[in-house]
Amino acid sequence: MGMIEAILLTVITAATPLVIASLGELVTERAGVLNLGVEGMMIMGAAIAFAATQMTGSPYVGVVAGIAGGALFSLLFGFLTLTLVANQVATGLALTILGLGVSGQIGEPYAGMSGVKLQPIAIPLLADIPFLGPLLFRQDLIFYLSIMLVIGINWFLFSSRAGLKLRAIGDNHASAHALGIHVIRTRYLAVMFGGACAGLAGAQLSLVYTPQWVETMSAGRGWIALALVVFASWRPWRVLAGGYLFGAVSISQLHAQAFGIGIPPQFLSSLPYVATVVVLILISHNRRVTLINTPASLGKPFVPDR
Amino acid sequence: MKKLLLALATSAALLGFSAAAGAQDKTKVCFIYVGSKTDGGYSEGHDRGRQELEQALGDKVETAFLENVPEGPDAERAIERMARSGCALVFTTSFGFMDATIKVAQKFPDVKFEHATGFKSSENVGTYNARFYEGRYIQGVIAAKVSKAGVAGYIASFPIPEVVMGINAFMLGAHSVNPDFKVKIVWANTWADPGKEADAAKALADQGVDILTQHTDSTAPMQVAAERGIKAFGQASDMIAAGPETQLTAIVDTWGAYYIKRTQAVIDGTWKPENIWDGLKDGILTMAPYTNMPDDVKKAAEEVEAKIRSGELHPFTGPVKKQDGSDWLAEGEVSDDGTLLGMNFYIAGIDDKLPQ
Repeated sequence: MGMIEAILLTVITAATPLVIASLGELVTERAGVLNLGVEGMMIMGAAIAFAATQMTGSPYVGVVAGIAGGALFSLLFGFLTLTLVANQVATGLALTILGLGVSGQIGEPYAGMSGVKLQPIAIPLLADIPFLGPLLFRQDLIFYLSIMLVIGINWFLFSSRAGLKLRAIGDNHASAHALGIHVIRTRYLAVMFGGACAGLAGAQLSLVYTPQWVETMSAGRGWIALALVVFASWRPWRVLAGGYLFGAVSISQLHAQAFGIGIPPQFLSSLPYVATVVVLILISHNRRVTLINTPASLGKPFVPDR
Repeated sequence: MKKLLLALATSAALLGFSAAAGAQDKTKVCFIYVGSKTDGGYSEGHDRGRQELEQALGDKVETAFLENVPEGPDAERAIERMARSGCALVFTTSFGFMDATIKVAQKFPDVKFEHATGFKSSENVGTYNARFYEGRYIQGVIAAKVSKAGVAGYIASFPIPEVVMGINAFMLGAHSVNPDFKVKIVWANTWADPGKEADAAKALADQGVDILTQHTDSTAPMQVAAERGIKAFGQASDMIAAGPETQLTAIVDTWGAYYIKRTQAVIDGTWKPENIWDGLKDGILTMAPYTNMPDDVKKAAEEVEAKIRSGELHPFTGPVKKQDGSDWLAEGEVSDDGTLLGMNFYIAGIDDKLPQ
């Protein structure tokens, strides 16, 4: 295995959870709901996926449990913000805090255990392509899902009727309501989709990235995923590009250190964030395009009149 | 956000508060951990010590602990809470609890405090630490004997004296076997982020190191080493479960003997604040079994360990030059503890530049 191939494989593993969690949040935000609880839902997914895998011995059960756990956990956010119309920012932060605490309780019996790693699945024929084969077609299920999610969500949002309705709700929930679109029901589904994606991202952490359970192992990745949504100006393909850019810079700085090029590591560690800010400035210099993509009702509460 | 996270951590800490109501004649010993007691590394090491203390002294003691206590202002509240709850002796187990410990100790002159890895003491505050560098030196000896590539990968956390001392000790041990032995150092800038530690381990493995050592907390690097078929050293706890065919040995923190000794002193009324820096001979750290290495390497490692225990060998003994080529220790000269505890330079033979 060549060096470049090895580096790219590491990048893919590092970027996948960011991309998945970010895609989920993108759909939630396109429906006009700002859920800052990604970190909490992700860590819940990681804990539940790991626990389910240890109990059953099958990491695939773990993946399903992680998705279900994230979705169920997000339902709490949905109930508080959509039904009880609580403040979305405060509730999202509370969800993160709660998730970090509860996941610690769920994971405690499994701390220190060696996990079961989700094994790669080679896709026949494609896996034999030199260079690209091992990179893209000898991956684990969650990587394949991440790519399918990008394609699927892009199609859903911009080519399907349901996606159009969802975006309409995100842009102007009052008008959408007047047209007879179910604002609250759609938002519930969008929130749960976001939770399911964050849970899947968490499952990737505890089943692929590092097959083990450690408290707070998400280590801020949920926040990065949140930032990626803005970075990508709410477009799925840009989430993919942004996630991989962030992953690539993070991994290259580790390699640069190992080469001993003598640049202070504190600076190198901040590079992924610097790169994100620079790209963000480049993308958002055209304010009109940015405004078109930003869901206009983002974070605003909606109470249907009766 | 930070504030909220702190608030969270404190509330989590309060949840972890375990107080067993006991008879008054029991001596209550309390512990403050910076991490979770199941972190698989540093805080778990202290909690093992607490459990050993309970087993050894049985009915004479009761213990309580607070986990996930963040360093900073919240630490002071946590320590004060412990002091108020009737603890006779409080162990604050992380460097960042130093000032908070001193402050609370002033308010509770009758309670005895011991702060780990710090350097401030007072009438009722003592300090204690372990000479982890002794274990690092042994690891260096093993690395140089086992490695075919002649280069080890070192996953470091933050450029503080404790970590720099560890890197230097590791390389002094390696150079005692192979003067040309090299090290590649990656600073993860975290104590515990399994993903990032794994990434660092992969980067080092990709660049051709065949031995990994770490000064971070999780077993992720050990898992990567196992996957890549290279060898690794465990940190703070025996990590053999994460790499049965991979771990050469591990530095295991064994605070138990110390906690028993100091608690007994409180019971006997002989406790005085001291500045303790114990080593292998005192049992405050131990080496996990030497595994996955040829018998002659194992024998060499055991010999070095025995020499350090007996005091015949001090890892920081001259001649040693600093990285810039200037003399540090003359032939036969042993470094004083002050220099080690404030270490901010690499020794000769490390190619990397120390971040300042």
